[in-house]
Amino acid sequence: MSPPDRESPLSIRLRGVVKRYGPITAVDGLDLDVPEGTCVGLLGPNGAGKSTTMKMLTAQAIADEGEIEVLGYDLPGESKQARAECGVVPQLDNLDTTLTVEQNLVVFAHLYRVPRSERRDAVERAIGVANLSERRHAKVDELSGGMRRRMLIARALVHRPRLLLLDEPTVGLDPQVRQELWALIDAMRAEGVSILMSTHYIEEAARLADSVTIMSHGKAVASGRPSELVTEHAGRDAVEVYGPPAKLAEAEGSALAAGFRTRRTGTSVAVLGLHAANGDAAPEGERRPANLEDVFVLLTGEEIS
Amino acid sequence: MSSAAGASRPKRKLGRLERPALGGVLVREMINFSSYWRATTFSSTVEPTIYLLAFGFGFGSLVSEVGGFRYVEFVGTGTVATAVLFSSIFPAMFGTFVKYQFQHTYDAILAAPVDTEELVTAEALWIATRAGVYGCSPLLVAMIFGLDPSWGMLAVPFINFTAGFGWACFGICIAAFLKSIENFNYVTSAVITPLFLVAGTFFPIDGLPEWAQVAAQINPLYHCVELVRHAVFGWEGLTDAAHVGALVVFGLAAWRVAIAGMTRKLVN
Repeated sequence: MSPPDRESPLSIRLRGVVKRYGPITAVDGLDLDVPEGTCVGLLGPNGAGKSTTMKMLTAQAIADEGEIEVLGYDLPGESKQARAECGVVPQLDNLDTTLTVEQNLVVFAHLYRVPRSERRDAVERAIGVANLSERRHAKVDELSGGMRRRMLIARALVHRPRLLLLDEPTVGLDPQVRQELWALIDAMRAEGVSILMSTHYIEEAARLADSVTIMSHGKAVASGRPSELVTEHAGRDAVEVYGPPAKLAEAEGSALAAGFRTRRTGTSVAVLGLHAANGDAAPEGERRPANLEDVFVLLTGEEIS
Repeated sequence: MSSAAGASRPKRKLGRLERPALGGVLVREMINFSSYWRATTFSSTVEPTIYLLAFGFGFGSLVSEVGGFRYVEFVGTGTVATAVLFSSIFPAMFGTFVKYQFQHTYDAILAAPVDTEELVTAEALWIATRAGVYGCSPLLVAMIFGLDPSWGMLAVPFINFTAGFGWACFGICIAAFLKSIENFNYVTSAVITPLFLVAGTFFPIDGLPEWAQVAAQINPLYHCVELVRHAVFGWEGLTDAAHVGALVVFGLAAWRVAIAGMTRKLVN
């Protein structure tokens, strides 16, 4: 039962965690490690159990079975201690919309028990992180979606947490804003903050995460460095076959018969697992490097929304 | 055992009902209050004033004396309790539901080192404090209409606070157990309106049928009305101790039920 000794300490450790809601098992025996100072991506389709997992880490959902340890504290019993040292960026925007940027941060400096003498500096630093110095007296209502997301992240950092929990941090944002947030999250990791980030954006996980755990139906189906996962599960290359539907169906049939794995991507069929079968039999098409998206679809059987 | 980070550091033991947690929630309420206090203060003072004027002049012209008091004095003290009721139960019901359901504020607060028990307690303390202060406004208005000041009036804010705490917790219970905000109408019509009328606020309960008089005894508002009246016109020893006891029991019971209800709702 006891995990093997490892050299780097863990910020988060889950073993055999089960969470049921009535007849539904949202999380079904999940193991998850977040080594200190790393960014781990929790990747999975909607309904895979990512949000439930995030809720259990702040004891807003209580596991039915298994062990959860956050920053060395046992949950749910010592959850309050753990929460004091965690920052949480929720999926749903829950800023106080009638308050100003500064007031929101002051409130959270109190909630997270930043000592009185450090409160001013903490708020200033968070305003800097959100890059909202000029809008500090603006009501949250008046901010754009991107600014509000930056504020949510800054709010989570007001007490200098050792661990940051990000639940779908860039969902619903346009690509430019998304990249801005990625830079912000990457900067936090560079400062040594441990990060667990749930997402269903493959690119987000591939870019930011040191390691990725792919979840499907409440279980971890694979974990590792993004590049290793790709080589292990999808091979080095994939062949993309384009054409009319009839041709696609035919290409799919013959590739499966030859022992390859395939994936439909709207206008094409991607033939994967070239390394596993005889390379000569690879179908005609456009060769491209395999990616995390291929792994995701192979393992979860689901396309990404 | 485990190699998880932090295991070697001294652990800070965090207990229940901690001051920093209560303080954090209160700070949030106070900062919010700074943006809407005008509207709340307006409604909390104007509404009882209108009741006071309408009943005071309307009934006051028909009846000059009720239960041994001048009617304006009777209704002036009775309105204190209704002001406390309205300024605590409604903010608690609607505020809790909105913060839980629509603004997701409580998700953010519970992700911080704050437990549901602390959250509910701080919210109720805040509402009770407001009710304690706002509940005094009818008394001030009644003084303009001839109510004589007395030392006992200094106890009124504390009576209001105690009753307001109970009503706030009661309101939080309603928000915790009802599924939609539309259902609040049932509570308002079937629970709050009778509570507010059968409490000796606008007319004494001894004119009511016996069953209603018995029912009034379990109405916390009745105990609040009686206490306020006795504070203003003269204490009645053990009777008032019993009224205080009733309010305290009500407050404690509603407090625990509110915590249980909100825990069920927020932690699942």
